[in-house]
Amino acid sequence: MSAPVLDLSLVPPLGEPRPAVAPEVHQTTLPNGLRLVVVPRPGVPLVELRLRVPFAASAPRAAATHAARTALLASAVLLGTARHDQLEIAQLLQTHGGELSVSADADRLLFSTTMLPDGLGSVLGVLTELLTAPTYPAGPVDAERARVGERILIARSQPGVIARSALAARRFGAHPYAQQLPAAELVAAVTPAALRKLHRERVLPAGSTLVLVGDVDPAAAVDVVGTALAGWVAEGKAVAAAPVPTLAPGPLELVHRAGAVQSNVRLGGPAPGRTDPQLPALRLASMVFGGYFSSRLVENIRERRGYTYSPRSSVEHLMAGSSFTVEADVATGVTGPALLETVYELGRMALTPVTEAELDSARRYLLGTLALGTATHAGLASTLSALFGAGLSADWLADHQQALAAVTVEEVTEVSRRWLSPAGLTAVVVGDAEEVADQLRVLGPIEVTAPTVEPAPEPLA
Amino acid sequence: MTAAGPDLTLRHPVERFTLDNGLRVVLAPDRSVPVVAVSVFYDVGMRSEPPGRTGFAHLFEHMMFQGSANVPKMEHARLVQAAGGTFNGSTHQDYTNYFQALPAEALERAVFLEADRMAAPAITEENLRNQIDVVKEEIRVNVLNRPYGAFPWLQLPEIAFESFANTHDGYGSFVDLESSTVDDATDFFSRYYAPSNAVLCIGGDLDVAETEVLVRRWFDQVPARPAPPAPAVGEPSPTTVRRGVVEDRLAPAPAVAIGWRVPDPVGDLDTYLGTVLLAELLSEGDASRLERRLLHADRLAVAQSTYLGLFGDPFDVRDATLLVSQVHHPADVPVDRVLTAVHEEVDRVATDGVPADELARVTARTEAQLLQQADSVLGRTLGFASAELIHGRAELAGELAARLAAVTPDQVQAAARGLSPDTAAVLELRATGGAAR
Repeated sequence: MSAPVLDLSLVPPLGEPRPAVAPEVHQTTLPNGLRLVVVPRPGVPLVELRLRVPFAASAPRAAATHAARTALLASAVLLGTARHDQLEIAQLLQTHGGELSVSADADRLLFSTTMLPDGLGSVLGVLTELLTAPTYPAGPVDAERARVGERILIARSQPGVIARSALAARRFGAHPYAQQLPAAELVAAVTPAALRKLHRERVLPAGSTLVLVGDVDPAAAVDVVGTALAGWVAEGKAVAAAPVPTLAPGPLELVHRAGAVQSNVRLGGPAPGRTDPQLPALRLASMVFGGYFSSRLVENIRERRGYTYSPRSSVEHLMAGSSFTVEADVATGVTGPALLETVYELGRMALTPVTEAELDSARRYLLGTLALGTATHAGLASTLSALFGAGLSADWLADHQQALAAVTVEEVTEVSRRWLSPAGLTAVVVGDAEEVADQLRVLGPIEVTAPTVEPAPEPLA
Repeated sequence: MTAAGPDLTLRHPVERFTLDNGLRVVLAPDRSVPVVAVSVFYDVGMRSEPPGRTGFAHLFEHMMFQGSANVPKMEHARLVQAAGGTFNGSTHQDYTNYFQALPAEALERAVFLEADRMAAPAITEENLRNQIDVVKEEIRVNVLNRPYGAFPWLQLPEIAFESFANTHDGYGSFVDLESSTVDDATDFFSRYYAPSNAVLCIGGDLDVAETEVLVRRWFDQVPARPAPPAPAVGEPSPTTVRRGVVEDRLAPAPAVAIGWRVPDPVGDLDTYLGTVLLAELLSEGDASRLERRLLHADRLAVAQSTYLGLFGDPFDVRDATLLVSQVHHPADVPVDRVLTAVHEEVDRVATDGVPADELARVTARTEAQLLQQADSVLGRTLGFASAELIHGRAELAGELAARLAAVTPDQVQAAARGLSPDTAAVLELRATGGAAR
């Protein structure tokens, strides 16, 4: 068959976009300092709950220990309260269709669940018990600690985790954000007493945000939450992470993984934060470069050359610093060529203008997926939890859409030059050094390291 | 406690019609969000592949994104994404699907794109070689370069089943992939991608009459071809226990998977629904039987999960299929201790039955999960489409919560009686690399 030519006259034109409906957001602050955000949504009879508690390490020297304690606290908090044991807690939630998940990252602890609407009061009751009267019982904590240790070992065997950890260590140095996964031996040393102390000092209503989205009446929800959570009155102040340092990128790090049949290429650098006026242009630049299937990176190293299955770039936000990252898992034999093409495309973004068509496509895609992502209860709840947790409001969504609509080609080149320039990015490759070191040396200096199975604990300063 | 009732049936009406070329069309309007989802499900999956062509259904899925009669390479993605939409496709045991979620004003564009590639995908030597390379990287990232890669979905069927359809590697061997030709792809397309072998399902913010016009405008042009005969994938039930071992030099700790044959998900749906709730009862959350026993009481495991269908969706698979219990355990716990504990918990359900209050909780949880899936237009549309293709009734997707709420403790007990240790297939994963410990 001859190569097809796109006959644009054949492609059905797009209709007029329908305006996105702004969510109806009710927010209030309870007497204990907890911020409550309620969004009534018709549709499916479900309520999504997100409680975000600030949980950053208080100081770099404490970060490794804090990460270990936080990892265990996130699962051990469900092991029992003064009134109910682990099984009873799980059953209470299950009765209303729920299952509480507790997760932690370098900024926060997050309690999430979905529930059938009639369960709101009961689920909030269980949540209050977990917040105010957790027991961290010794026997179950022992078992949970062993499981968390095993899970860390399994996670650390995944090449993607090895690569992410190496990149974070390079980029953040002594800052707590360098801790991607806690050290297993530090987890092994966490006692129930340490968990109780951490919970007492850091699981605080002031600074925390509770988001409810779904089949709820806002006025009734304020009453129910106010009553249920009135007993959560711990005193204290939320801890935010210190600003991240700007470290020079240094030579490419090659983490040796003997026998690897693929190389994990990762590049990363700083990015503007959620309120920075450069963010909309940078998000668009990232899309055009490698943020979606229609991007230059995908066309080049996947669709033209077949080096990789899923190359991608993205912009990620943590409280104290945002990141631009590039990821590609590529065949061992073409590791050097794949990095060359990636760097070439980054340089091209910074030095030559993108086309209007590329920019418009990226813009419509970001606006469209923003609408899709917030169209579900769960998507909207998670988005609002992140925004309010970052000190913003729901207005950010509309403002950001307007800002995306106004970005010009020149602004994309300008932000690419500042944030996508290969010279400013830290690079890490995980792969078989015997196979790929010579290829990579062609492109610049490299530093070969052994995989960090377990990083040594931070030395006390 | 939520009672079973009309509220458990999704209130989305379903309309259907069939084109002259045999394409079945399902429309599921819901005007609450200005978003549409367009999906095409072809009745061809990994189990349809002939010997020597393992992995071909999935490789062909990639070829469907390489352009078509009026759409050059990369333009399918650009036309969807530049409209603010997302797209993807996936290959399963019994079907291959393609789908987009887009702003409502892009509906006709998506219909055009699906019709164009149903009529004539661009099957060229260059595209085929390129996508063989991409698929090999996909297999490396998901299987070969990763600990526990594809455990147990690629290896357990080899032990649990007998026929080539059920036992072969659906991702494919590199030898088969590399020897695939343009002729193979053209034949595969002509045999399996006939309009009469597909279901088109569109959900979301649409007008039924207008959408029917759009569908006919673009899909009526696709020439009719006969649908292939349905693949024979059913097998006699096993009568013995079968065991196998895989060695994983990348994994830091062992794991085990147990697979039991279950009732026919299509021909015997009522019995099968008891098995669906049994899997939830055994495995879903801290209140479940296996979580309590393996993790909390006996401390034999690091993690466990039990699910129906190798891909984890109980309702999008035909006979023969499995209920799988997958357990990751520490190296110092012998695998037979894990197996004994799992079989004892199943036997407890088989012997003592299930308390009504426990089953009610499990049902509430399952119901919430089904509702959550149906909350997104895309999730709901895919559910309708697979129900139409596999069960012949899109409406089933909207009725599942109510059907599950009506399942009795006796049905769950009966399901547990079917999971005998004497007919289970057991696959051990041994961590043989000695790394990381």
